[in-house]
Amino acid sequence: MKSFSKMVYPYIVWAFVMIVLPMVMIVLYAFTVKGNSVLTFQFTLDNFARFFRDTIFPTVLWRSLKMAFITTGLCILIGYPTAYIFAKMKPNNQAIMILLVTLPMWINVLVRTYAWRGLLGYVDLSTEMRVYVGMIYNFMPFMILEIYTSLSKIDPNLIVASHDLGANDAETFRRVILPLSLPGVVSGITLVFLPAVSSFFIPKFLGGGQYVLIGNLIEDYFITSGDWNFGSAISLIMAIIILISMYVMRKLDHENKEVLD
Amino acid sequence: MEHKTKLYERIYVAVILAFFYLPILYVVLFSFNESKSLSRFTGFSLQWYEKMFADRMIMSAIGYTVLCAVIATIVSTIVGTITAIGLSKSNRILRETITQVNNLPMLNPDIVTAIGFMLFFTSLKIKTGFVTMVLAHIAFCIPYVILSVMPKLRTLDPNLAEAAMDLGCTPMQALWKVIIPQIRPGIVSGALVAFTMSFDDFVISLFTTGPGVSNISIYVYGAVKRVNPTINALSAIIVYVITIVLILMNVVPMIRERKGKKNEKAVTL
Repeated sequence: MKSFSKMVYPYIVWAFVMIVLPMVMIVLYAFTVKGNSVLTFQFTLDNFARFFRDTIFPTVLWRSLKMAFITTGLCILIGYPTAYIFAKMKPNNQAIMILLVTLPMWINVLVRTYAWRGLLGYVDLSTEMRVYVGMIYNFMPFMILEIYTSLSKIDPNLIVASHDLGANDAETFRRVILPLSLPGVVSGITLVFLPAVSSFFIPKFLGGGQYVLIGNLIEDYFITSGDWNFGSAISLIMAIIILISMYVMRKLDHENKEVLD
Repeated sequence: MEHKTKLYERIYVAVILAFFYLPILYVVLFSFNESKSLSRFTGFSLQWYEKMFADRMIMSAIGYTVLCAVIATIVSTIVGTITAIGLSKSNRILRETITQVNNLPMLNPDIVTAIGFMLFFTSLKIKTGFVTMVLAHIAFCIPYVILSVMPKLRTLDPNLAEAAMDLGCTPMQALWKVIIPQIRPGIVSGALVAFTMSFDDFVISLFTTGPGVSNISIYVYGAVKRVNPTINALSAIIVYVITIVLILMNVVPMIRERKGKKNEKAVTL
């Protein structure tokens, strides 16, 4: 039986080479001088200094974070009622609704975003609004599905009990349903916020190239201008901000669970 | 929770679904447009479909996408399953470490994982192209396979393999005849996730592929810079295929279930 544990060994090597090393490479590049082989490691902090010296980079970072926050908020605001209505339907209708929400997600993201381009030609919207439409369109299904999953797990007896104990519909929602559905909201937030911060083809497709987010900067430095060291530094800054926000989210979720217990 | 859906709730759901389906219907409609216009429908024609099938670039992009997804699915399913079985028998520290490492590509934004691969391949002087793209796909698919196989292993009775070996099975036979059949649903769903992840991938492919090798996403990304209705035809075909596959996947089990019920009735009669 113990011999089965040897089956992990190949993957340990693979994971080190294909997952850990690439991440190490980003850090190495972010801290080295441009045009210098990474093997002759010439340490510098200049890539980071450059990011904060120029006002354009922090502005783009702030714009991306703001956009991701608002997108996530709107996805909750629109997606929660949708999931709530689904969860109250007959089981068969619930299955159909979930299939209908899932189906567009199977279509290639670029194709879906591209589809909006033609459609948005009919309405007069600002560049920023167009990008919001694309973001909400692409990410809201995740939010709906996550919230729906946690809502459908709620024991119906709890709601009956709440009514029996004298709570009206609004109180039952606020004190029973909402707290029990929060785990779904939290995992929905991670599924929306993360890709929204780093998205680069949605602004490119719908913003007509004028709307620059942090993902576009990274793409430009890697593919167009070839300054990989500075590009790595931008990615590292973004990854760290995302890590911190995820950590805060998890902490809040844990506290929420403790209160419930 | 179940109750009758009120009228305003129905309207709300209808609006949301319209939001989801409007762009898709739009693309399908305009894939039949006679003119190049993306805003005016001038007449019915199949010319964009003809152009699409005649376009070498599109055909090769479809070929690369399918080939890459098939290879990535097969390799990541085999490696992921083997690793998950090994992990279920390993000590806690190793299990935790691997889980944390696997979280890296799953929690990092795609673009970060992608540039990691790009820097890694180019630093090792590996020429980027189809092979590097497939390697990257395998790397980001394995964690998802492990994630879907692990829960099945956790609920597996550890004495089963033991019993098989007591009855004369070699460890290989115990694995193949006892463990694998028990965790098959996990393996299948892992393979499905791997296939869709690979098939739909854009960001990681963009950074790990080389000149001349594009998948569908990269092709669309490069082609939208100018008005090009062949993309409408390509998109519409993707929509048709996915709709048919999903309907079959959902309808076939339903029919089977009904037939099963009928048979049951026949038996009780």
